[in-house]
Amino acid sequence: MTNLSLYTVRAMIILDGDGNRLIAKYYTRGQTEQSYRSVKEQKKFEGELFAKTRKTNAQVVLYNGQTVLFINSNDVYFYLVGDPEENELLLLSALQGFYDGVCQLVKYDLSKRKILDNLDMVVLALDEAIDDGIVLETDGNVIASNVSKRGVDTIDMSLSNLNEQTLIDAYKQAKERFNLAMLR
Amino acid sequence: MSWKKDEDTDELGALMNLDHSMVLQEARVFNETPIRPRHSRLLLAKIIFLMYRGDTMPTTEATNLFFSITKLFQCKDMSLRQMVYLTIKELSTVSEDVIMVTSSLMKDMQPKSEITYRANAIRALCKILDPSMLPGIERFIKSAIVEKSPSIASAALVSSYHLFKDSKDVVRRWGNEVSEALNGKSLNQGTSFFGGSAAQNQVVSNSKIVQYHALGLMYAIRQHDRMAVLKMVQAFSSQGKTSSWISSSNAALRSDMAHVLLVRYAVRVMENDPSLLPQLYTMLEEWMGHRSDMVSIEAARAMCQLKEVTAKQLTPAVNVLQQALSASQKPTLRFAAIRTLNALARTHPEAVQPCNVDMEGLITDSNRSVATFAITTLLKTGNEASVDRLMKQMQGFMAEISDEFKIIVAEAVRSLCRKFPGKHSVFLGFLSGVLRDEGGFEFKRAAIEAIVDLAKHVPECKEAALAHLCEFIEDCEFTKLSVRVLHFLGEEGPLTARPTVYIRHIYNRVVLENAVVRAAAVSALAKFGSSPVADASLQQSVRVLLKRCLDDRDDEVRDRAAWALRMSGGSQTTRDKYVRDDSTFALAVLERKLVEYCADSSASAKGSFNFESIPRISRAQEEESRNRTRMENMDAVLTGTTLSAPSGSGRKTGGGESSAPGTPGMGSGTAASGFMDSFEQQAQYASKLNAIPELAAFGEQPLVSSAKAVGLTESETEYVVRCIKHVYESHIVFQFDITNTIPEQVLAQVEVSMEPEEDIEGVLQPVVVVPIPELKCDEPGTAYVAFEHTDPDTFPAVSFACTLKFTVKECDPATGEPEEGDDGFEDEYSLEATDISAGDFMQATYIPDSQALWEALGTNGEAIETFALANFDSIEECITKVCDLLGMCPLEGALKPKSKAAHQAVFTGRWLGRTRAVARTRMTYQKGTGVTMELAVRSEDHTVSELVVSAIA
Repeated sequence: MTNLSLYTVRAMIILDGDGNRLIAKYYTRGQTEQSYRSVKEQKKFEGELFAKTRKTNAQVVLYNGQTVLFINSNDVYFYLVGDPEENELLLLSALQGFYDGVCQLVKYDLSKRKILDNLDMVVLALDEAIDDGIVLETDGNVIASNVSKRGVDTIDMSLSNLNEQTLIDAYKQAKERFNLAMLR
Repeated sequence: MSWKKDEDTDELGALMNLDHSMVLQEARVFNETPIRPRHSRLLLAKIIFLMYRGDTMPTTEATNLFFSITKLFQCKDMSLRQMVYLTIKELSTVSEDVIMVTSSLMKDMQPKSEITYRANAIRALCKILDPSMLPGIERFIKSAIVEKSPSIASAALVSSYHLFKDSKDVVRRWGNEVSEALNGKSLNQGTSFFGGSAAQNQVVSNSKIVQYHALGLMYAIRQHDRMAVLKMVQAFSSQGKTSSWISSSNAALRSDMAHVLLVRYAVRVMENDPSLLPQLYTMLEEWMGHRSDMVSIEAARAMCQLKEVTAKQLTPAVNVLQQALSASQKPTLRFAAIRTLNALARTHPEAVQPCNVDMEGLITDSNRSVATFAITTLLKTGNEASVDRLMKQMQGFMAEISDEFKIIVAEAVRSLCRKFPGKHSVFLGFLSGVLRDEGGFEFKRAAIEAIVDLAKHVPECKEAALAHLCEFIEDCEFTKLSVRVLHFLGEEGPLTARPTVYIRHIYNRVVLENAVVRAAAVSALAKFGSSPVADASLQQSVRVLLKRCLDDRDDEVRDRAAWALRMSGGSQTTRDKYVRDDSTFALAVLERKLVEYCADSSASAKGSFNFESIPRISRAQEEESRNRTRMENMDAVLTGTTLSAPSGSGRKTGGGESSAPGTPGMGSGTAASGFMDSFEQQAQYASKLNAIPELAAFGEQPLVSSAKAVGLTESETEYVVRCIKHVYESHIVFQFDITNTIPEQVLAQVEVSMEPEEDIEGVLQPVVVVPIPELKCDEPGTAYVAFEHTDPDTFPAVSFACTLKFTVKECDPATGEPEEGDDGFEDEYSLEATDISAGDFMQATYIPDSQALWEALGTNGEAIETFALANFDSIEECITKVCDLLGMCPLEGALKPKSKAAHQAVFTGRWLGRTRAVARTRMTYQKGTGVTMELAVRSEDHTVSELVVSAIA
């Protein structure tokens, strides 16, 4: 049965280099069967998927009756799970868009650490790329630009102060303040 | 820009071990004034991370969290606000009272807010919105849909799409706005980088995805209006305009994804209308030349999937796919192309042939899925000449690939063997070659099965194949495989010209192997000894060998040897019965019965397990069904689940003809393979029937259940009804599977009224009617009507006029709950008639050695009649019909006439599950006069024979 609806994406998953889940979002709207309901099922699926795709550079596989597209960069694996009948290239453009967007946001050279360091941006990028199973945007530039950058806490940091500091000093000060804020 | 830039602390570990109690502790931060946007945003990200990681949050905690988050709306910081929106969306499924933030969100979606605000606010709002409130914000959404900024328009369109499911009526009113977005001015803005919302510094989307969303929503709104969809499709197809994409007028699709949708809609609305087909072909052909691979592949795929398409029309599609195959930089494109070709090869293998050379190049593709598709496609399209090359190529890379892949290759070769028996020497060489190589159990097993298959189906190479197998077991590390091979040697070895060769190999196993293999070897020896063609000296030497086994260390081996020795002394018939039985139990049924027997503590008191009640099938049938599962599994592996159209062209070769002359009932074609399923099906019916007290009283299990459900309505009407008949000792039960397809209705007290069209007084007496209390949309229910069969000697052939009677209640399509206070009204719906005929009393059971039974039954219980059936155009058509009417089990390729002019077929069955019956038909076909058929039935009871014959009339 050809998919005539806009619901095309079943899940977007990011795994680390050991196959552990970093982020996984399963979309259940517009789906009746084949959606992985419980977390246990999901993790099992991810584990098997990882085992199957880890050592290949295949980009696309059919797994468990679903089309799975994936992109690997350093120690992170991006997966997009879609309908088996869906146009693979359409799915690829959705995954690629999200991936590009994330890359831009974390200033390239994607890794597990960068993802965790920039969690807020990554989850927002995901939200901008896929809306409940519908591909919302496939252009990485747009996705990245739609994600707002982090603001600053309203602890005063006047320009005059900054002028007299070297960059290293500024960084140190920022770090201290931030640590303070985190500990509070 | 990180949580902490301190590399030494294990911040990563901390993040991975985060748990939600910790985060909730921290959530107090949200209540502080002034709000610290950055800190709060990171904390929210942690919460979302927890949810995405799979931690579930209890409702109360989620609700508390939600309320503290609402405080963050006081802060105007955009970076924080965006995260708040996302968190609200994620919490909306677990938390209660999310509706509270409606007003805050509505404020944010006002036209004067910032773009990021608006787009996100709209999406968040639509997630938490109660459908009843939709009219209140309708105005905002409508204006958002036609908004210049693509991100707002997309947000509004996608949200409307989500809402459409629950509030169809409201969303339908937005058709004009959607259409504006679709054709739109917003797109023209997009063409210029300086146009539109440049003031807000928006990056302009290159994907023009708004059109995709608009088109999707438009179709959702119009999908039931065929003409509207057709007009939409035609407006966007560039026919009649200049073909250049850039210069075409407003009505052009700039989004590739939208174009993909358009292809699907076009096929959907035009495929079934013959007058539009030519236009569809032209459109698809044009779209195949689209600059985007996505669209051209979609169009090519659509063309390949059309129901009626000629080889000529397929050529351009295949060309496009062929080009895609050689796209070395794009694995996904290759994958999409080969997958489409693979599916096409099932229906039009000849059309795919031009790609053979390209596909051969893909056999070694680094993407295993692509390689697998390539091989299986080649199997379907390959011709005899290319086999040699293909095999050589496979041999070349066997050593480099993983076991899993080798298995697929072995399976593939197995199918090839069936297809090109003439090339057996090539295959055998290949298979024996790979057997010598290293490999795991599964792979060796696949190779062995392939050789076994080859030996069975290509008589010329049997001896060579057996020799290879003998060689294999000489040095085999897998007990199971040795047993398998020994068993097969026992089956086939005795019939060859020089059985002694194999006996030597088998006896070697007795000397050298472990107990399990020894036992198997003894059984194989026994088969040699008891073979009907074995001469005295052979029998004698086997006996000597068996005697030596009598002092084996293992009980099982000794027992088998002793038993075999004893058998070899017996008569030929006893030997045939025990050593060479060609029928077996229907295993699925046997298993179920045994489980029931063990579970029922009172059963053993009633007596020992009753084997009589287990239907028997021939080994050929069993193998057939195993074959079929194998094929289906293979297809499933390859194609995912849903590409299961006609289940594999491999089945065409799967039927197979009998290779061992003299053994009856081998390979009875596709029909036979259905019998395994039908037994299983019957068992399911039985347990369903027994659950209804009124019907359970009729007996433990129906004697005969019809194999196929007969549709009493067209498959696309308001109510879909299918009928299945069950015959008991003295009752007949009609089972009606009813589906209601109208979402706005709930049916109550659904029953079927059956009016006999002939007088059945004294023969059939209606006893029970079991209605369905409530039938919701798309939840099939089952109603029953039972008749008592009062006169056991008369078997009526009567038809019944059926009417569906029910009470209709209106209901809310979303919830399926009937509206309160609606008592409904009664209604009727007339169905097609259903009938009982002699065939319904016949159980289609395989009876081994029907030839002997035929002789034994003699002419006493025989009924013969000749029919002139003018209205059939071919023998095949006729025999299928006859098989349906008789309700018997077809034997020996009965359903596959070899010649067009004349055909003979044998059927077996048990009348009411007891009386054995054999039917033979001879038919001839002449153009003009139709089919002339002679039907002879012999059974243990003359009246039964008469009745069977009457089934045809």
